[in-house]
Amino acid sequence: MKKIEAIIQPFKLEEVKEALKNAGIDGMTISEVRGHGRQKGHKEVYRGQEYNVDLLPKVKFELVVADVRLQEVLETIASAARTGKIGDGKIFVYDVAEAIRIRNGDRGEAAV
Amino acid sequence: MQIQYAMLLQAATDLPARISAVEAAAKSAQSAGDNAWMLVSAALVLMMTGPGLALFYGGLVRRKNVLGTMMHSFIMMALITLIWALFGYSLVFSEGNPFIGGLKFLFLNGVGKEPNADYAGTIPQLTFMVYQLMFAVITPALISGAFAERIKFSAMMLFTTLWICVVYFPMAHMVWGKGGLLNAYSGGSIPTFDFAGGTVVHITSGVSALVFALYLGKRSGYPSEPMKPHSMVLSVVGACLLWVGWFGFNAGSALAASGLATSAFVATHFAAAAAALGWLIAEWMHNGKPSMLGGISGAVAGLVAITPASGFVTPMPALLIGLLAGLFCFWMVAMVKQKFGYDDSLDAFGVHGAGGTLGALLTGVFATSVVNDTAINGKVIALGAVDGNPAQIGNQAIGVAVAAGLAIVGTFLILKICDAVIGLRVTPEDERTGLDISQHGEEGYSLEA
Repeated sequence: MKKIEAIIQPFKLEEVKEALKNAGIDGMTISEVRGHGRQKGHKEVYRGQEYNVDLLPKVKFELVVADVRLQEVLETIASAARTGKIGDGKIFVYDVAEAIRIRNGDRGEAAV
Repeated sequence: MQIQYAMLLQAATDLPARISAVEAAAKSAQSAGDNAWMLVSAALVLMMTGPGLALFYGGLVRRKNVLGTMMHSFIMMALITLIWALFGYSLVFSEGNPFIGGLKFLFLNGVGKEPNADYAGTIPQLTFMVYQLMFAVITPALISGAFAERIKFSAMMLFTTLWICVVYFPMAHMVWGKGGLLNAYSGGSIPTFDFAGGTVVHITSGVSALVFALYLGKRSGYPSEPMKPHSMVLSVVGACLLWVGWFGFNAGSALAASGLATSAFVATHFAAAAAALGWLIAEWMHNGKPSMLGGISGAVAGLVAITPASGFVTPMPALLIGLLAGLFCFWMVAMVKQKFGYDDSLDAFGVHGAGGTLGALLTGVFATSVVNDTAINGKVIALGAVDGNPAQIGNQAIGVAVAAGLAIVGTFLILKICDAVIGLRVTPEDERTGLDISQHGEEGYSLEA
């Protein structure tokens, strides 16, 4: 099992969600986060006082998939989230040691 | 025939009684109309403090100080009301010397349903009293923009109690009280025109705010740490409530549902509109973007500037006064403050002090008897420079100087006292935590709830 963590542009949320649904992925966790990579922030001015805002709003997807599905899901997320401009985000993949469905105790890939 | 003659005779003998009945009915109708408008105006002016100013200032601070900042406005609605009822109204509006009123209305003694012809002959004196109270409520609340995010609540309460007595009551008496030094309509030796409180409300509070900000020092971390407004949405709602409430403030200052009230209403609205555009244009040219905060700041600056002029100027000068206020206050806030580096956190001085001064001086230019033909000593006189009385600008400048001088000296002395008795500033740790938790033991936005 692999955990996919994808940090994407907030306005791509619906598109990525839809693409994952079409690919048959039913489980995911989404959170609103702030951060930046190489993308520079922007300037805000309040009554002449300037602030550089470099932690920009992003959306983080977290989902766990079976090993065999990994490449396909990564491709789905990347292509749905891509605009080709700086700030599109990043995807990280981790090994998952165990998964448990709390309701009935299913374990491993049966639980994801 | 004989019966008709008898009826005619009867009618003729009744005539004086009938006329006086008609007169009484007309008087009562006028009183009803005026009183209705003045009660609505009083409520509108209270709405400027809470929720208007509370939201406007509350949105501009960081989220950890939202309740503390709202409290600075809200508490005035309680504290000042008490002081006003006990002796404040008397010190402003009962007859005394040119600088302060007397004790005739102590505990509102003799203030009831009967009008007080010295001020407003068609409404109960109680209505006049409660209307004027709302001005006393908002004035110290305006100062809170200068000490936001770092003042001890207890010190703020003591400061306000002393300030309203030492600065506001004398200034209000001098400008509006019978026999006041600057009162143009009842025997002031230096007649100045201040229709709704440019000197009394905005210059006193704005200048005191600057003294306070300089005395208290900057917020820790200012200006290197980001101190962005935590909710521009609250501020927009608050500023728009201020705009609406200001109709009560300015048009209500006619003290009657009269044509003069309409004139002040229009001038007020026009100035706010022009000032919003003025600030936005300056900001757009200077920063490249017109901001929502710029729009509402400009509108408030225009409302401040038109306050002394509202009952004296025609619509076109009102537009000009607003436009100039928008440009001038933007320059004060975005450039002068940055240059000198004082931390007038929410720009109480930059908007109220600067806008109030500009408005008071321009009142001397544009005041005209076309709008306000109240006669002095039975004679309608030329009011401002446009009426051929340029000397009025000098009188207005004296009014500004008296208000500013009183504010500087009074505020400085009171700050010294508060600093010695209580200490003005919260501890650095409490400042980091925020006023909501450190001063009030609660949070504006709770994640667990």
